Amino acid sequence: MTTRDIQLAEQLSATTLLRFATAGSVDDGKSTLVGRLLHDSKSILTDQLEAVEHASRSRGQETPDLALLTDGLRAEREQGITIDVAYRYFATPRRRFILADTPGHVQYTRNMVTGASTAELAVVLVDARNGVVEQTRRHAAVAALLRVPHVVLAVNKMDLVDYAEPVFAAIAEEFTAYAASLGVPEITAIPISALAGDNVVDPSANMDWYGGPTVLEHLETVPVSHDLTGCHARLPVQYVIRPQTAEHPDYRGYAGQIAAGTFRVGEQVTVLPAGRTSKIAGIDLLGQSVDIAWTPQSVTLLLEDDIDISRGDLIVPSGDAPATTQDVEATVCHVADQPLAVGQRVLLKHTTRTVKAIVKEIPSRLTLDDLSQHPNPGQLVANDIGRVKIRTAEPLALDSYADSRRTGSFLLIDPADGTTLAAGMAGDSFTATAEAVQVTDDEGWDF
Amino acid sequence: MTTAATVHEGTDSPYALSHLDALESEAVHIFREVAGEFERPVILFSGGKDSIVMLHLALKAFAPAAIPFTLLHVDTGHNFTEVLEYRDRVVAAHGLRLHVASVQDYIDRGVLRERPDGTRNPLQTVPLTEAIQEHRFDAVFGGGRRDEEKARAKERVFSLRDEFSQWDPRRQRPELWQLYNGRHAPGEHVRVFPLSNWTELDVWQYIEREKIELPEIYFAHEREVFQRSGMWLTAGAWGGPKESESVETRLVRYRTVGDMSCTGAVDSDATTLDAVITEIAASRLTERGATRADDKMSEAAMEDRKREGYF
Repeated sequence: MTTRDIQLAEQLSATTLLRFATAGSVDDGKSTLVGRLLHDSKSILTDQLEAVEHASRSRGQETPDLALLTDGLRAEREQGITIDVAYRYFATPRRRFILADTPGHVQYTRNMVTGASTAELAVVLVDARNGVVEQTRRHAAVAALLRVPHVVLAVNKMDLVDYAEPVFAAIAEEFTAYAASLGVPEITAIPISALAGDNVVDPSANMDWYGGPTVLEHLETVPVSHDLTGCHARLPVQYVIRPQTAEHPDYRGYAGQIAAGTFRVGEQVTVLPAGRTSKIAGIDLLGQSVDIAWTPQSVTLLLEDDIDISRGDLIVPSGDAPATTQDVEATVCHVADQPLAVGQRVLLKHTTRTVKAIVKEIPSRLTLDDLSQHPNPGQLVANDIGRVKIRTAEPLALDSYADSRRTGSFLLIDPADGTTLAAGMAGDSFTATAEAVQVTDDEGWDF
Repeated sequence: MTTAATVHEGTDSPYALSHLDALESEAVHIFREVAGEFERPVILFSGGKDSIVMLHLALKAFAPAAIPFTLLHVDTGHNFTEVLEYRDRVVAAHGLRLHVASVQDYIDRGVLRERPDGTRNPLQTVPLTEAIQEHRFDAVFGGGRRDEEKARAKERVFSLRDEFSQWDPRRQRPELWQLYNGRHAPGEHVRVFPLSNWTELDVWQYIEREKIELPEIYFAHEREVFQRSGMWLTAGAWGGPKESESVETRLVRYRTVGDMSCTGAVDSDATTLDAVITEIAASRLTERGATRADDKMSEAAMEDRKREGYF
């Protein structure tokens, strides 16, 4: 076998999938980092590179502009900025990656929320010359709010500070303290130069004082699924499968993707919000019968008793049911151009259930920069993050977002035109809250 | 009874799914969301590998019941015979209902005009959007993948289209968690892309794992082709070759299946799935870069077509 053959065999054996998001201010070198990751992991193919070279030349640029790889829209290329999330795909011998490449502009914070909502890891970029700035704190706070399990601090442009360890150490310390105060469970700080390629894919010869992993090495080895034994099992019912054929006259299966935990045949379960109970008679994993299934598998549950279950119901272990409520307290990130105001009627989509709801109260709006709370703002506008109290028309079986990203999250939707208004996270906003300063004026709010 | 998902050792928990299991589970979730929330969904089915995988996933999602969707094929009139035969075979085997929107009909009626370059791919948009309106489809599944092209990389899993089927990339709904928002006004519809997060290699590895049958043109075979704009096009009644172009017989296969006038074959001796997968993993060209002439028309060719209603 040639080296290339061995590489191929390894790439084809890549097993798990890691979803991660990048965040960074406009000039922190995010596009360069993404370009470097894709380039050095040999994920950019010849025709893509040729297209970028051609486009760069026709713009009068001498070197290929790697940002053109990711800026897929006409408007983005015209303005030279990233407007919307783009998803990139690459693989190494160890793992497959889905990268949510999110815009750095303050006005697109909502798009970082979009990218972070499905990410298991966030890379926050900092310019070594500037250190931790407002935007860094915002990105850390968004990652903490969305409860992204792993955060990487990439201190970029180390080449411009003479690869000096004290510069890196000071930034890493400040960031780690801030992120830890928000409850970010795991922070890995890596000194890099995306432009020169230090510690992105290959270890740097310029920073022998650094003994940790490169960015790619870390991405390849970070655990992708946490231990499920402590998780509350949840199955939102998506669809009832009833073939009504000669072969399957009585088949009645409750199809859905397991949102958290594990389910076993023989287990006693409760169906919420009605509260009826039964026992799992069988589990179909896409046509194959199994006796245990876990998140995020899409399955079909068969129950021993014929009880009334439909889309929107939640199947849970009988001993571990969440309380149902019509009064939801949550943190929301406002993602629409039209505002969200007290008294507004909305739709709330939680797992597979959509119910009517009304915004009863907006107790506070959060400033991500210093985590201060502005009381009773009256409304939330695009990119605002705030606390809300919502009354729903029907009871919901809602977990705290801290316990389950899947069953603790919801959308607020405008019933008139279907716009997604806000991303909601039930329960407290941060696991460990920093000393929040109470301020009453609107000074310094720059979203 | 056994568990079907592969369990992996190493740094990941024993509950980590393999990448194919994770992608499969996500796609099935998307199919079931649409079945639960829409009145008249349809699957775009061309007989190409992505739509074949889509159909396979839909069949698994609702087993042992039949899939609650019909199929729609936009026939350019320049399709490969083997692919049309495959299409009809699959439709019959699963007892599905197929609608066909024909570009040739539109040309014959004088509604659409043949382009000077002979490419019919962009002409599919009108028959597609009219079929959607005529049948009042409210959700239209497409096999598009974000790895195919940079405009597609910006596409949502649920993509709202207005009553003219237009895509406005700057006014897309944010897509959060797995909470897909499919609300739409009458006349509007949602394009749904269950394979958004799949790459070309994922599709092929899944085809191999699931032992899915494909049209033969995906495997190396001798074929009469001629060269145009650096691509090997199949000679045929659709309009090639011109006088200045000469036909030769080559050992080729197709990486994508589309209109014969703009889908190129690649030189290949890969006659098995294993060989195809090895060939793709080693290729330094993207799928569309290697085989699609229409994407090369301009830097924003795909974005522009998608804005008009293309999938």
